[in-house]
Amino acid sequence: MENALLLSDEQLALQDTAAAFLAEFANARKPRDEDASLWRRISELGWPAVQVPEDLGGLAMGAVELALLMEEMGRRLIRSPYFASVVLAQTALLEAGSAAARERFLPELASGEVSATLILAPGLVWAPDAIGIECRREGDGWVMNGEAAQVLDDGNAAMAFVAARTEDGIGLFHVSAHAAGVERSPLDVWDLTRPQCAWRFREVRLAADARIDAPGKLDAGLARTVSLAALQLAAEQVGGAAACLDMTVAYTKERVQFGRPVASFQAVKHRCAQMMVKLETARSAVRGVAASVARLQDADALACEVAVARVLASDAYRYCAQEAVQLHGGVGFTWEYDPQLHFKRAQWGSQWLGPASRWRERVATQLLDLA
Amino acid sequence: MDATKDSMNETAFRAEVAAWLARELKGEFACLRHRGGPGDEEAFPALRKDWERKLAEGGWVGASWPQEHGGRGLPLELQLAFHEEYVRAGGPGRMGHIGETLLAPTLIELGTPEQQRRFLPGIREGREFWCQGYSEPGAGSDLAAITTRCWQDGDVWRVQGQKVWTSLAHESDWIFVIARSTPGSVGREGLTFLLMPLDQPGIEIQPIRQMTGEAEFNAVFFDGAATDAGCIVGKPGEGWRVAMALLGFERGASTLGQQMHFVHEMQLVVDAAIAIGTAFDPAIRERIADAWIGLRALRHNALRMLAGNDGGVRPESLMYKYAWSNWHRDLGQLAMDVLGAAGDVRSDDDTVRRLQQVFFFSRADTIYAGTNEIQLNIIAERALAMPR
Ligand SMILES: Cc1cc2nc3c(=O)[nH]c(=O)nc-3n(C[C@H](O)[C@H](O)[C@H](O)COP(=O)(O)OP(=O)(O)OC[C@H]3O[C@@H](n4cnc5c(N)ncnc54)[C@H](O)[C@@H]3O)c2cc1C
Repeated sequence: MENALLLSDEQLALQDTAAAFLAEFANARKPRDEDASLWRRISELGWPAVQVPEDLGGLAMGAVELALLMEEMGRRLIRSPYFASVVLAQTALLEAGSAAARERFLPELASGEVSATLILAPGLVWAPDAIGIECRREGDGWVMNGEAAQVLDDGNAAMAFVAARTEDGIGLFHVSAHAAGVERSPLDVWDLTRPQCAWRFREVRLAADARIDAPGKLDAGLARTVSLAALQLAAEQVGGAAACLDMTVAYTKERVQFGRPVASFQAVKHRCAQMMVKLETARSAVRGVAASVARLQDADALACEVAVARVLASDAYRYCAQEAVQLHGGVGFTWEYDPQLHFKRAQWGSQWLGPASRWRERVATQLLDLA
Repeated sequence: MDATKDSMNETAFRAEVAAWLARELKGEFACLRHRGGPGDEEAFPALRKDWERKLAEGGWVGASWPQEHGGRGLPLELQLAFHEEYVRAGGPGRMGHIGETLLAPTLIELGTPEQQRRFLPGIREGREFWCQGYSEPGAGSDLAAITTRCWQDGDVWRVQGQKVWTSLAHESDWIFVIARSTPGSVGREGLTFLLMPLDQPGIEIQPIRQMTGEAEFNAVFFDGAATDAGCIVGKPGEGWRVAMALLGFERGASTLGQQMHFVHEMQLVVDAAIAIGTAFDPAIRERIADAWIGLRALRHNALRMLAGNDGGVRPESLMYKYAWSNWHRDLGQLAMDVLGAAGDVRSDDDTVRRLQQVFFFSRADTIYAGTNEIQLNIIAERALAMPR
């Protein structure tokens, strides 16, 4: 009998390796031009390949392993294409892509040679009515028009998988970042660890095989993509929340006021303890949900379970980041200290892939309206 | 391990539990369905003791204990599965949980073989019921401040003093007591952990009425009450260690069964919201969703934090009790907000009565077994190593 919530020796080893590696190479405070070398190292470790099937050059691991990596990357505020390319784009290919598209793109994405991003409705939700990009047939191929105001892309994504409106419903398209008519401009964002670009499509001509969704799989596949990605975002948020707690405990133990470490004041202790309660509960949720997603084929059941991880992790991260700022006092408000980086990342993450309120409403609908 | 085989084992196990309950929880026991939980302790106590014996015959008491002590050695996943099926079938609140989930694991860990032989069968067979004599009028959160005394007197040990808030003492046969054996000692030194029969001239039990209207707890007065010398657990003077080991069980897996009843309570809140129409209030909807989310998380917490740990609480599980008790307290408030003004009126309706009980009783969850404030102190000082 196995308890899925406990990590195996291999999983613990993966976690340890990731933690040690990322502690050394954390880049949130380094110049952007060093990002490419970190991505190369991450690729050498095989991380972009974790969820890719073996026959396509992957390691065929599961959501638990991916979540462990995300947690460690969240802890170190890693700036890399991992979230956009692995968690979003690869997952969309795996869940909604045709066999041909997977064979064409997954090997290069798994190797980390190139990175991709995903464009759905604004905020990366699965809401077909809110999709504004259009794609019309022309001859054998397609022509795409429209824009995505905020795309998770550090400016180096080689391609985007774009959900666009066609004459007969939504399709998923592969668009090269370098195709004629594609214009991308970096955005001036607050969370500098999570770069974004605006993408514009003006009469972009696409070949017939640019449409990559597997027949009949688009709707369920992209809904599932959003749920799985939200789970991984939750894992990343748990890592960030853990970093906030660790740095706050360390700082308050050092900082002396009234002749004693401020960590000895009960008001401070209780705040840290509450951070831990929220953090560890969210971590339990992420582990538990990650261990079960493979079995959860029903979209609503999956969404409700993911909501548990998503809501708790998003809330925990915001709380822990806020308290980290507070309990650092004046230095917590400075650019120089790290709490502000987490504070911004926590806010960023609370708004993508559907805010907590949207996930709560999904749960409420299941419990109250369909009962 | 083979995952499909695992889940088949679990499925088969669940079916076994469900079939047993369907067969036994009927007839004379039918009136016990969903009764006797926290806040409802005065419901059918005698019949609930009969039910304990029935459960024992089925092999469901002490099922988590190791096999060499008469248990089934059930792993945590199957313990959870048992409790979930138990609640699904409407299994009544347990009378024997203090013996089964607090004292027994402590005796298994720290008792002598003779004590194990003497006391475990009574618990496992649902014949002997236990209560916990820790708190005193002057010693609650600061348990080490207890003043109840004990001393050796020939073949017996005697106890003088008072315990308070003693749950189910009036329904119990035995009490475990922590008392001061070294005169003049202070704090954690000089304490002794004793097992005492309640039915004796030196012990008087007075019920104390609770906020819920029930008298689940009591004051227990000891006036030279006696127990034989074989009933000291650990060495005289080393009672604190035993008391803390037991508290570890109390803050750990002991409440698993109780928490599984939360699933039923959650469903009652949902049903009430739909029936009354509060399900359309956006603020209530959001809180119901949050409650359900929190409930799922508690289950994940249990599987992650209690597994593989034989009672000794892991660092991250220090927050386990804090998490579930506060979740439950919020559920109680939500339940009343769902009921609205009708919640003010005592009702015979099963759902309304249960939700009112949850509202009131859940105030105690954040007090007993370590108050919220004490739990937060413990988390900060032990798990986060923050200075005193
Ligand atoms: C329903 C119920 C059943 C119980 N059953 C039993 C039982 O079977 N056996 C048994 O022995 N006991 C039992 N208890 C007693 C329970 O363990 C105590 O009530 C509890 O430990 C708190 O002690 P106290 O009541 O003396 O409160 P106090 O310790 O006086 O606390 C009062 C307030 O001060 C706060 N406080 C105290 N110390 C600190 C501190 N260091 N820092 C910050 N805040 C602090 C507390 O958190 C609380 O809010 C039961 C209690 C209840 C409510």
